[in-house]
Amino acid sequence: MSPGSFVALAVILFVIGAVGVLVRRNAMVIFMCVELMLNAVNLAFVAFARLHGNLNGQVIAFFVMVVAAAEVVVGLAILLAIFRTRRSASVDDVNLLKY
Amino acid sequence: MTHGGVLAITDVASTTQQITFWLLAVVSVASALGMILVRKAVYCAVLLAVVMLCLAVLYAVNGAPFLAFVQVIVYTGAVLMLFLFVLMIVGIRAKDSIIETIRGQRVAAGLAGIGLLVLLALTVGHAVLGVAAPASNGPAFGAGNLNGIARLIFTTYVFPFEVTSALLITAAVGAMVLAHRERTAPKPTQRDLSRLRVASGRPSPLPGPGTYARHNAVDMPALLPDGTPSEVSVSEVLTQRLEPAAEPGAEPGAELAGEPARGQQATLLGARGGDPDAGHPGPDGPAQEGDA
Repeated sequence: MSPGSFVALAVILFVIGAVGVLVRRNAMVIFMCVELMLNAVNLAFVAFARLHGNLNGQVIAFFVMVVAAAEVVVGLAILLAIFRTRRSASVDDVNLLKY
Repeated sequence: MTHGGVLAITDVASTTQQITFWLLAVVSVASALGMILVRKAVYCAVLLAVVMLCLAVLYAVNGAPFLAFVQVIVYTGAVLMLFLFVLMIVGIRAKDSIIETIRGQRVAAGLAGIGLLVLLALTVGHAVLGVAAPASNGPAFGAGNLNGIARLIFTTYVFPFEVTSALLITAAVGAMVLAHRERTAPKPTQRDLSRLRVASGRPSPLPGPGTYARHNAVDMPALLPDGTPSEVSVSEVLTQRLEPAAEPGAEPGAELAGEPARGQQATLLGARGGDPDAGHPGPDGPAQEGDA
């Protein structure tokens, strides 16, 4: 199995995640799509690590996971704070700075 | 003989890997597509879990058993459960509206996605990837994977690793600060609570739902001795859930979709009619407009 197919799968998943971020309006779902993009990049890292025959890619993928976990924790806390004040999880309702 | 056997084993392993890859690729792409098409956020979370588990297996296939386990434990186990917890707090019923606030946003997003796909595909296609190098089957990708990663993390990447700990602590403190709610009034004691209870005019417990009614479902109000339904017997939470209009996160699109909850609300209100023959309280009064 060539690493090329894994990278191709990673590309497809990344694009799907990017389209999800653009299309969806529920902040939770947007967050999940961002996670999908991070996972796709991780898959590419792992495939490239295999291709190059060293473990650097896997270590970077590990760091990406750690950063993603931290990001999710803070992001969900922000979402909760917004939900408490605005009673909504839709990104359309968070528009106070717009006007 | 030995040579042929090794070749056969390699062949079988390659075929197995290909079957695994194509199976998981199809499942993960389908789940990812479902994520952006399904309107309920909880389904999105479940589909994301499917994608992550598929990716974990693909990591293992690619000689990264450590990352596969981290993926299952950290991502599917911790991060996704956190997502589900917050989903339960933040409008489990909230659906994405189908009305575009920016005109043509969907089409533009689709075009941008196709453009990105073409761009990335061309980039990857131009790069000469070839097949996996022979070194990729070395010890670092098998049993020695954990040792190899540990050696790298604690030698080459030791500084980023230390910074990561600072990041995690900052994230934990940040989450606590952001999610913390200041208590503005003192906590009510048991004495306060019992005083409130007596002052409320109903010191006794509320009647259970369905008591002396024709059904024992939790959304059926209890019937009082004179035959009228008792509104207080149905939990407030249930009343809110059965009433889409009162839902804070409700979007206009959710009501267009013909919610079954409307019908249930209608039966709840229809019980007031009290027709003894109808097994299910009939569609009289408010039920008509709800089912339309």
